[in-house]
Amino acid sequence: MTSSAATATAGPRRGRAVGGLLRGMPLLPAVVLLAVFLAGPIAYCVYYAFTDMQLTGASGTHFVGFDNFTRAFGDSDFVNAVVLTLVFVVGSAVVGQNTLGLALAVLMEKATRPVRAVTSTVVIAAWVLPEVVAGYLMYAFFFQQGSLNAILRGLHLPQQNWLYTLPILAVCLANVWRGTAFSMLVYSAALNDVPQELVEAAEVDGAGPWQRLWRVTLPVIRRSVMTNLMLITLQTLSVFGLIYTMTRGGPGNKTETLPVFMYQQAFTSSLIGYGTAVALVLLVVGALFSVVYIRMLKMEED
Amino acid sequence: MRTRLLAATAIAAVTTVCAATLSGCGSDSGGSSGKTIKVVYQQQLNNSNKVQAGFLGPMVDQFEKANPGTTVKLVPVTASENDYYTKIQLMMRSPATAPDLVYEDTATINSDVAGGYLKPLDTYLNTWQDWASFAAPAKAAMKYAADGKTYGVPDNTDTRGIWYNKQLFAQAGIAVPWQPKTWDDVLTAARTVKAKVPGVAPLNVYTGVAGGEASSMQGFEMLLYGTPAANDSLYDTKQQKWVVGSKGFKDALNFVHTVFSEGLGPSAQQALGANFQAAVGTEMIPQGKLAIDIDGSWMPNNWIRTGPEPWPQWETTMGMAAMPTQSGQGSGKVSMSGGWAWSIPAKAKSPDLAWKFIQFLETKANSAQWNSVNATIAVRTDVATDPAYLKALPTNEFFSALVPDTFYRPGLPAYTQVSSSIQKAMEAVTTGQASVDKAAGTFDSDVKTAVGADKTVQGAQ
Repeated sequence: MTSSAATATAGPRRGRAVGGLLRGMPLLPAVVLLAVFLAGPIAYCVYYAFTDMQLTGASGTHFVGFDNFTRAFGDSDFVNAVVLTLVFVVGSAVVGQNTLGLALAVLMEKATRPVRAVTSTVVIAAWVLPEVVAGYLMYAFFFQQGSLNAILRGLHLPQQNWLYTLPILAVCLANVWRGTAFSMLVYSAALNDVPQELVEAAEVDGAGPWQRLWRVTLPVIRRSVMTNLMLITLQTLSVFGLIYTMTRGGPGNKTETLPVFMYQQAFTSSLIGYGTAVALVLLVVGALFSVVYIRMLKMEED
Repeated sequence: MRTRLLAATAIAAVTTVCAATLSGCGSDSGGSSGKTIKVVYQQQLNNSNKVQAGFLGPMVDQFEKANPGTTVKLVPVTASENDYYTKIQLMMRSPATAPDLVYEDTATINSDVAGGYLKPLDTYLNTWQDWASFAAPAKAAMKYAADGKTYGVPDNTDTRGIWYNKQLFAQAGIAVPWQPKTWDDVLTAARTVKAKVPGVAPLNVYTGVAGGEASSMQGFEMLLYGTPAANDSLYDTKQQKWVVGSKGFKDALNFVHTVFSEGLGPSAQQALGANFQAAVGTEMIPQGKLAIDIDGSWMPNNWIRTGPEPWPQWETTMGMAAMPTQSGQGSGKVSMSGGWAWSIPAKAKSPDLAWKFIQFLETKANSAQWNSVNATIAVRTDVATDPAYLKALPTNEFFSALVPDTFYRPGLPAYTQVSSSIQKAMEAVTTGQASVDKAAGTFDSDVKTAVGADKTVQGAQ
């Protein structure tokens, strides 16, 4: 009795389930692609981070739990890399690219058309260049016999080997040079959306240019500011080619940010597992920054 | 109607995926079938150095002529030394990219054997008569301690010593021939050069991470193995443990520190650059900008007619001296030896043909030619006594004579990691970023992390 009732109800349900499955079939290729090419590598990376996989020196790969992470937090080089990464992100992205991009956008709005065309071409050119090419150009600019020292010599100012004496400043400046265009474009677009009446009203009320910028324009474009900050922070966190081309993380470990440290652990010291764990930490740092920015955006809305 | 359409789509999707997988697997099996081998070797970043390419090219032609139907594909990997190791290790990981023959530094062979990348050659060697004429120490360096099997056929070895510029020494008023008895003698000579011959780097000791194994071996180990602990200064063979915290280690580090802090070396910025090795051989020495260089027996490679910087005057300009031990103890001399070997990756598709090509490269005549053009020390005993080889380079006799005082690096998988820790410590004292004690302390903790604290032993104070 009970069994026949069960089959009676199961029949249409199974039919519905099969129908649903069939209806879902067209999604299959997309799901497979997503799983294989996007979720797959990430899952692999997470798995490796918990193993002792090596490029050479050991053949087996064993699960080692959180060993790689405890090792990282006890490693003075790792701590050094975290600090340098923060300096690099705050110095070159949050302060450098962001303010310079805003300044350029504001100035360009006031500029004549030819000035605007020339400036944006020059600034964007640096951004369009492939990372390694940009890195090499910056190396040529900063190294001992480079253009910067040639200019200083021409001006009878003291020269120095920038990549050796002030390496982190040199790579920060290089990243500002390369990345400012992005902020400039974002802010140029945002400034177009500032209602002209609002600015004019402020002007009529007697607000100076600084006050207008600080009290009218910035509050209006604050959402763009947040979005821009989030994007450039994430871009800068993962900068590798630029630093590697210019200094290879040296001299010593004075420019060894997390991506460079990760590369050196994985491929120079052959510790793939440890390097992947560092990569995972980098992912977490990026996620933390995003969470902070997103929360700030949310607070604005409430 | 709709279900049929869905089914058709599903079948199409599945077929696409299958086809993609199949073609992915199928592509690498095409064209090999034991008739083609891929041979990987390092092309140095200095693009004008084509010694090995120049040697292998004609060898391949002759081999293909002698074995009709076979193809030998030379795959030069252009990279610095460290990057070369990484690249071949990545290649050997997968059957799709694994070469059939790979040129390995004896320093990385053990590590790569432990990684499961290489194939034991014992079955081949057992039936190869020429193997008997290879020098015993060179053979021993190819043997993996854990299983006693041989994983490579060496084609050269080397020794290390001091090169000095006689003309600069004459200007500095130092008598030649010069043979320092202690480390202090070396430093004294460097100080004299600094005082008397301005604009010249007095002494080069390779240092830093960018220099890779050159820093560890030509730079640091030439000093470290000259301390009283000698062969047990880095790895204690009796206790089978890595040595940490020894006085010898700090002394060697202090030597490096002295050279760079007193300005006796090239500028630290120059010495830490990635292409410094090439610059020493092809620019600084030929241009008379470097007085003393602790370096390898292969240096004339740079200056011979076929080298990157032909410099016929080197034979009269450059003098050689043995590297002294710290205070002249023991035999008073120290040298380090390495070398390169041909190995067959475990995932090679045509190992038999690869072996045939090794045999061809390592005949007496071909080895003699290679050792002569490459200015390396012969590993075949019959080549080592061959007058043609001995006369090929005036330095062959001097550097062959260092063989009794030479040391080999610990043949252990962990060596590569210990070696990178040495380079880090050197770089720290070269830039002055850390004191000798602090850098030695960092080395100790690095080694403990790399090999496990139970595999280390406190060195003599």
